[in-house]
Amino acid sequence: MNEDQTPQPAPGPSAPSHDGPSLLHGCPVSEPLGQRTVHTDRSRYLALMEALYRDGFESCIGVSGVDYLTHPGRDIPEGVTAERFEVVVELLSFSRRERLRVRCQVPVDDPVVPSLFDLWPGSEAHERETFDMFGIRFTDHPDLTRILMPEDWEGHPLRKDYATGHVPVQFKEAPK
Amino acid sequence: MTTPSLVDLLKAKTSEGAQELLARERTGVKELRAEVGGVLRLPEGVTLDRDDINYEAPDDETMILNLGPSHPSTHGVLRVMVEIRGEQVLRTKPVIGYLHTGMEKTGEELMYQQGATNVTRMDYLSPFFNELAYCLSVEKLAGVEAPPRAQWIRMLMCELNRISSHLLWLATNGADLGALNMLVYGWRDRELVLAFFEKVTGLRMNHNYIRPGGVAADLPDGWRDDVLAICDTVVKRMDEYDNLLTGQPLLQNRMDGVGALDSDTAVGLGLTGPLLRSTGVAYDVRRDFPYLFYEQVDFDVIVGTAGDCWDRFAIRATEIRESVRILRQVAKAMPAGDYRAQDKKFTPPPRNRIDESMEALIHHFKLFTEGFRVAPGDAYVPVESPRGELGCYVVSDGTSRPYRVHVRAPSFANLQALAPMVRGGFIPDVIACISSIDPVLGDVDR
Repeated sequence: MNEDQTPQPAPGPSAPSHDGPSLLHGCPVSEPLGQRTVHTDRSRYLALMEALYRDGFESCIGVSGVDYLTHPGRDIPEGVTAERFEVVVELLSFSRRERLRVRCQVPVDDPVVPSLFDLWPGSEAHERETFDMFGIRFTDHPDLTRILMPEDWEGHPLRKDYATGHVPVQFKEAPK
Repeated sequence: MTTPSLVDLLKAKTSEGAQELLARERTGVKELRAEVGGVLRLPEGVTLDRDDINYEAPDDETMILNLGPSHPSTHGVLRVMVEIRGEQVLRTKPVIGYLHTGMEKTGEELMYQQGATNVTRMDYLSPFFNELAYCLSVEKLAGVEAPPRAQWIRMLMCELNRISSHLLWLATNGADLGALNMLVYGWRDRELVLAFFEKVTGLRMNHNYIRPGGVAADLPDGWRDDVLAICDTVVKRMDEYDNLLTGQPLLQNRMDGVGALDSDTAVGLGLTGPLLRSTGVAYDVRRDFPYLFYEQVDFDVIVGTAGDCWDRFAIRATEIRESVRILRQVAKAMPAGDYRAQDKKFTPPPRNRIDESMEALIHHFKLFTEGFRVAPGDAYVPVESPRGELGCYVVSDGTSRPYRVHVRAPSFANLQALAPMVRGGFIPDVIACISSIDPVLGDVDR
């Protein structure tokens, strides 16, 4: 991105700004380790994804989540407030040979995110998995049920406050 | 009070509730569309015609049939529920999770250098690719690069692994479609490759050979002869299998035109690997986002046109030959040098150094009790596994254990293609389609 270029509003694949982090469709972009990442909050999430879909990201490679309960101070650019959960979407453009990661902040008291099903039908199973593992609900998802855990399972295993538990080992000589 | 019948008891014990394929009146319109494949990408400005899908099919004409979870043609514990009218398949839904062991959660408990032991068990037919994706992600986060020899060794092992995985696929695909002799031949040839793996890594599967910073051990003496012998044998055998399978009209008729997908559907469903390439989209991570030294070797990305099972068969069979081509180049280009990074804080010292060097002992102790710390951040590195794009998303919080390990499993995403593939086909086509997706249930369920 050229710094001397005048900032352009969407629709441009990237609209550089003079100060602060560069923006993509109004959302701050960071490039940790050379991997381009867009940060967003829930209110701008669906509009951003629609714009990215129009930009030519034909394929949604994956949707997953991260629970930042015990690591709240991670690196988030200005303009986005860190919340406990993140939904991480990996997008891929075959035509532009480009990858893009979208990190959407999701608060714990109301973990609801719009579903990407209408844009990329392939996000269906990934969103079900994220719901199963983190309890993040996706609105307008056709079939938001557990996918890996049994139907009657309690809790969402990949949350950081989910106790892993263990099976006690029986030693022959152990005191009773 | 009447005692519940055995059928009711069994139903209550094995029910997966709403995860199962429900009767039509209990299924939402959107879900119904997803399961009949009607949600797939339509051209711009065209909306789905609701009349295309018969929502009103009376229940007494249709029947929901369970395939699996322990049906031999499901390649593990895949349970597929199909709604059929007569012999025709209307809706399909895979029910998965029977092999879920919480490996992503386990990954958060293990130190970085232990993680490879964990991920290698996910896709048990191509374990090297899991290790590779994980190690590349960790190396990216830690800012460590494996020395050239280690990277060439990784390429060598991965391409051998691709051959063994595709050979096994040829074997099971043959068995699923009635070419039972291929089952024996495929396993026999795969054993050639696995014997070499055992020689190098000590194990036939679940190697934990590729580790952060390099590989676990150098190649044994005489590895080049072994690899070239495998190459020659595999090419010779592939010619035989072309006679046995490819030219056989019975087998061709079972696959030709069955389970056809178009490229828009495949891209929309997020498919990768042979499934995507069979529809004509030439996407291969090795070529489009090169990792290791794939830029320096010459190979072709095999692409189909019809997107049916026959194309996928041809692609996998040809990819074996392409892997052989890569292997010959790797065997020629293998440089001398270290097989792991000489970073004392990152890779353990050689065993015999520990006896004579105090520092080596300290490094060894620190590495195996505390591990190495990785700067906070996140990284996603994809590799091209035999099944498609396999990526590992690792988040670090600055400690010696990953904060989050997510594996983007190609089989998991590719399994979504089953419903649109088999719609309108017959039950034997379901078997052909499951086989041509090539799901590994360890990879699906993780």
